[in-house]
This record gives sequence, structure tokens and C-alpha cells, in this order.
Amino acid sequence: MSDSPVDPEEVRHVADLARVDLDDAELAEFSEQFADILDYFEALDEVPEIDSEPELVNVMRPDEVHDGLTQEEALRNAPETEDGFFKGPTVS
Amino acid sequence: MSSDHSSPTDDAHDGPSDDTHNAFITDASVEGDGEGPLAGKTVAIKDNISTDGVRTTCGSAMLADYVPPYNATVVDRVLEAGGTLNGKTNMDEFGMGGTTETSAFGPVENPVDTDHVPGGSSGGSAAAVAAGEADLALGTDTGGSVRNPAAFCGVVGIKPTYGLVSRYGIVAYANSLEQVGPLATTVEDAALLLDVISGPDDRDATTNDGGADSDYAAAAHGDVDGLTVGIITDLIEGADDDVVETFEASLDELEAQGAEITEVSLDSLEHAVQAYYVIAMSEASSNLARFDGVRYGPEGDHEGNWNDAFAAVREEGFGPEVKRRILLGTYALSAGYHDKYYKKAQDARAWVKQDFDEAFEDVDVLASPTMPVTPPTLGESLDDPLQLYLMDANTVPVNLANLPAISVPAGEVDGLPVGLQLIGPKFGEETIIRAASAAEQ
Repeated sequence: MSDSPVDPEEVRHVADLARVDLDDAELAEFSEQFADILDYFEALDEVPEIDSEPELVNVMRPDEVHDGLTQEEALRNAPETEDGFFKGPTVS
Repeated sequence: MSSDHSSPTDDAHDGPSDDTHNAFITDASVEGDGEGPLAGKTVAIKDNISTDGVRTTCGSAMLADYVPPYNATVVDRVLEAGGTLNGKTNMDEFGMGGTTETSAFGPVENPVDTDHVPGGSSGGSAAAVAAGEADLALGTDTGGSVRNPAAFCGVVGIKPTYGLVSRYGIVAYANSLEQVGPLATTVEDAALLLDVISGPDDRDATTNDGGADSDYAAAAHGDVDGLTVGIITDLIEGADDDVVETFEASLDELEAQGAEITEVSLDSLEHAVQAYYVIAMSEASSNLARFDGVRYGPEGDHEGNWNDAFAAVREEGFGPEVKRRILLGTYALSAGYHDKYYKKAQDARAWVKQDFDEAFEDVDVLASPTMPVTPPTLGESLDDPLQLYLMDANTVPVNLANLPAISVPAGEVDGLPVGLQLIGPKFGEETIIRAASAAEQ
């Protein structure tokens, strides 16, 4: 167990980056838990550098037109739409 | 807008009326075409696999009302093979958990002993098969999510080689690690379902032809004479004594049938859980960025600018484990920490692959207990996330190395199932199916 929690302000900063609001209880709990988890991840420092070839390769195909979703299908799950478009919050 | 967390448990469950273990989130009855190999069989589908016109929630309040406009490739293949979809199964939220207790739709009971968890994250799929509520089921396995619940519920589960099965239509959690896999009560049935879903798909560029024209079911012939099985000693050390005894008894059984048993040690495995969680959380933090309440998700008539609105929707729609992983993944990828965590995790992943490749120069299959413990009691394990992560020690190495593995029932400890995990080399599905069919009780 780690003795000191992660600085709650640091957790708040990461939550802002990830666009996730946290209430005070979640912030306190995550600060405690992240200390233990990040402590555990520290052991990765012992891993040697490994030379490896990537297994995946680029797969090319001709650029052909296929049927896709209709506009109606694409919009079906949106909480709000307007004139056939998704409706999002105000950009400011 | 209500400020409390939405609670789909109360009103949205719509599983089959005989669903006594909360294994299903949504009932369905979609019949397949004619006379295929799955004709007459019911197939339950994990709820992160898209089903055209049938609600697909990922076990999350964020997608409580989401109805996909298309089928995942694996669903099309099950229907073309004559299978009948009979429901969408409960799961840890977005696949993040090993007990099916992080579901927004309530926990699943283990049909073998209802005080215990069924494992996870494909806990509903395993429970449905174990309880006889579906003949077969599909799960997804990112770090053990098919094998873990198969072991805990006393059924068979297969995690295929990366690229053997299409991921088109799977709601992504950690793309570089996950595969769809079958669950069934027998090795032969699980192999049959793998035959149906495997093979290349031009909608998933990571698929290959390793599974084209397969006949895995025919490999379940139970003959292991001359097969070499290596026990991974590193994965025995952290396991409970009675689990190890049951595991060893199942290997004695294989030895009696003509298999040769040896021991191997893989030094890299000490770092597998660390590497797995850093990679999985990092990929999750990117994948789950799409859930912002605009194209799908809870209605977001929040005050403020778009960042405030997105953050409010995500606070409301995601449960604690999902938030934990998104935040830790964001942290691991952020400036100043990328090299320390993510890059080192990629090195560890390459090391694990190398270790497995070397081990398979000497043995045909590798063996370990699937889970180091028997199923915890419901509610026992949720308040310490790190302890839960450590429970994945035996399953995550396989995902890091892109290898195939199967969990087959090995026996019981105090009435609770223990699974034997058999790991094969890349595209070694036939070999692990053959070994598992001999180990089957």
C-alpha cells in the first residue's frame, strides 16, 4: 500500500483532460487508489528495452463506394437532432 | 435533468423470463437462416457485440438505450450458420472487470453457487451457458474475459489468436488486445462455434486467413498421445494451494493418456499485469472518448460550453471502474509520463511475446490454472481495484502475446469450479482444442 495519495489536484487535472466530472468523494477515493496502482506500475521500470518487429502491416484495398448507413439510421440514437444533423452543445 | 446516476437495474431489464441469474440484459429472438451447423441451437451474445435492431448496452448506463443499426460480423456469421440469438448477456461495464459486478444492470449470480460471482467480464455469457439458458454464447476476451468466467462457471471458453476472428461491430475497449471467443458446455461445441465465427473479414483489416476453412470441431478427438505440455511455473506461485492441486490432478490425467508433462519458466510474466493494464487503460482512454452524449448516450441539456457538457454527460453515464481506467489511461499517455508507462509497457509486451515464442520451441502447449483463485463471493472484491487486477495474472499474458488459449473445467474445490488453461502458439487452435478435449471430465 502506498502511504501518500496522489495529489487530488493532479487527479482533477487528468479528469479535466479526459472530460469527466468528478464529485469530491470520487476525487478522494481515486487519489487513494491511484497511488497504489501507480506504485505497482512503477515496476515496469525494470523491463529491458526490447527490439521487436510490429506484427501488423498496412492492408491496402481499392477505394470503392459501398452502401453505408442512411442518414436516418446514423441519427437514430442521437438524443437531439435538427434538420438531419446531430445537435451538440454550444461551442464557446 | 436529474443529477443522480441513472439506474437501469430498476426498470430496463428485459431478459428472458427464465433468467434467474441476471445473465441477460435484453431478451431477443432472432432466427438464423435454414440448415447450418448451428441449426436448432440458441446463441447468447455478449452485450458489447452489435446486434441490428436489438439494444446493445455494454453493461453501461451510457448506452442504456442504444440500438445498433447493423450487425457485428460474428453475429451475421452465427445467423448464416442457422443459430438463433436468444438474448444479450450481462457484462462488466465496457468489459472492465472480472466479476460482472461493475455492470450498470446489476451483478450476475454464478449458477454453480449463487452466492458467488460468475467471473467476468463475459459473466452473463458463461452463466447463461452454465445454467442451460443458451446452448452456446459469444464473449469477448481483452485480458481473460472469456476464460475467466468459463473457469468460474465450469464451462469451456476459447480466446482465439489475435486476428482469427473479426472485431467489426464490437464496441472497442482495447483494440490491440481483444478477440471475440465462444463459450459452451463442451470443447467440441466451443470449437464448432469458433469454426463459424473465424476467418477473414474485409471490414476488419487486422483479420487474417488463419481461420479460413477451419475444422476445429474435428480436433476435439481426445487423443493427446505424444503431446508435450509445459507447466508455466511462474503462474503456479501466486495461485491458491487447492486450485494448484486440482490443476495438477488434471495434468496427471493428461499424462496417463500419453502426454509428456514438463515445466517452463517465463521471466517476463512478472511484468505482464502491469503492462496489460497500462496498455488496456491507454487504449480505453482513447476509445471511450466517443461517448459524449451527441451521437448516442444520455441527453445532455447541460449548462456551459461543450467541454462542460461532455464532462457532465460522462460523469453521469460511466460507472467508477470505467472512470478509473479512462483517467489512469489518460495519465499514462500524458506528456511526461508516456515514456515511463506506455513505452515501457510496450517493451514488456514484446518481451512476453519473445518468451512465449522461445517456450514453444520445446513444447506443444503451455498450461496453468485459468484463475489463481476460486470465484469470490458477490460483493467481496469491489473496493480494492488493484487486488482485482492481480486476479488476472494468468490470463493477460496470452492477450499481450496475441496467442490462442482455452479454459476447460479441471474439477472443483469446495463445490466451486477450477479451470485448466491451455495456451497454444499463434494459430495453434487445433492443438489446444485437442488437448482440452482430452482433459475434459
